[in-house]
Amino acid sequence: MSKIKIAVKSPSIDMTPMVDLFFLLLVFFILTATFRPEEAAPIKTPTSTSQKPIPDANLGTIMISKGDKIFFNVDNGTDSSLHIRAKVLAAIGSNYKIKFTPKELKKFEGLASFGLPAANLKAFLNAPDQKTREAMQIGIPIDSIDNQLLMWVRFARTYNTDLAFAVKGDGEATYPIVKKVLAVLQDSGVSKFNLTTDPKTGIAAELPAEFIIK
Amino acid sequence: MAEIVQEEGHKGKGKRKAKKHGTHIDMTPMVDLACLLLTFFMLTTAFNKPKVMEVIMPEKPKENEKPPELDKDRALNIILVENDKVLWYIGIAEPGKTVLAEADFSKEGIRKVLLQRNKQLFTNITKMNRDLVEGKLKLRPDSVEGRVKRFYKADKFGPIVLIKAADGVKYRNIVDIIDEMAITNIARYSLVDINPVEKMMVQARLVSKPPVTAIK
Repeated sequence: MSKIKIAVKSPSIDMTPMVDLFFLLLVFFILTATFRPEEAAPIKTPTSTSQKPIPDANLGTIMISKGDKIFFNVDNGTDSSLHIRAKVLAAIGSNYKIKFTPKELKKFEGLASFGLPAANLKAFLNAPDQKTREAMQIGIPIDSIDNQLLMWVRFARTYNTDLAFAVKGDGEATYPIVKKVLAVLQDSGVSKFNLTTDPKTGIAAELPAEFIIK
Repeated sequence: MAEIVQEEGHKGKGKRKAKKHGTHIDMTPMVDLACLLLTFFMLTTAFNKPKVMEVIMPEKPKENEKPPELDKDRALNIILVENDKVLWYIGIAEPGKTVLAEADFSKEGIRKVLLQRNKQLFTNITKMNRDLVEGKLKLRPDSVEGRVKRFYKADKFGPIVLIKAADGVKYRNIVDIIDEMAITNIARYSLVDINPVEKMMVQARLVSKPPVTAIK
């Protein structure tokens, strides 16, 4: 006579559906993720009632930080094989008599916003880490003697004719510098551009009582 | 967690039975990894993209080209000054004659002034928007903008707003005033430089602080 043996087995849970779900969500988030690029300076944009979303590509951004420093960013456009950023940097280089190596051009393509005089660009691109790079961001010169921002805008427009421009200013930046930036855009023939703002929270636009039309 | 396979010792003399359960893969590490990545992507995804406000600036006038003549009565000059204050007057500044009125960015402030002067256009556009919402008017979404533009072009009575700013003004105020233009459907506005006469008037105004006189 033999005893009936009960197999000692730990309880098992079928995890397949959970894994399926996880991967589904994971794929969704990977596809929708847009990475926040390494920002040159923290900028707190003012709010507005505008509902128009920012363009996805073909955008040149001029940033004005709280301390009235100017930063610039231009994206690679819709077709990254055109290497727009590298071309713009090469053009800036030839304008200020700096020769960039292919490696430096490639490095520049991968970076985002920057704000420094053209003379320091080479050292900036060869900087070992982000911290060193950050310390070098002292703003792009915009004086009438040496208006480097104008050069960046012009060359960016030369190599990407579809480029739209956005001005992303900190709410605390002062008017004189904003005026200079607008003058740069006007000088380079950009009469239509965008001001980046945060959507207003709460009730957007209240009207005085006599103007509420029923 | 998933499956802890326990070796069962085979004692005894009986025949060894081939195990019959199907291939089990331990999925725990995979689940851990998926979960980790999922959390990472969830936290780094930025859902609300910033919005933009479109601004159209006049092109730079060419040399030997006169700036377009401005209808005096339609010119509404807005001068932004420090501390979120707004000064405004109608027409062309004449020292000693022009009185600057004061307003702010609240709904009873500069918005009211703009609406009073732009009532016709504002009413037309608001009515059109309401008709669209109620379904009385059927338009393709992309032709709505065109229609608003046509309204703007046909505007003959609304103010032509000239926005000027003193040096200490914050960028925030400039965005606010352009936003006001959008809210009140102003057809024509432009950011221009402050002229010396206005500079003087603003200075005198900020020093003396006369009682607020509302110009109607």
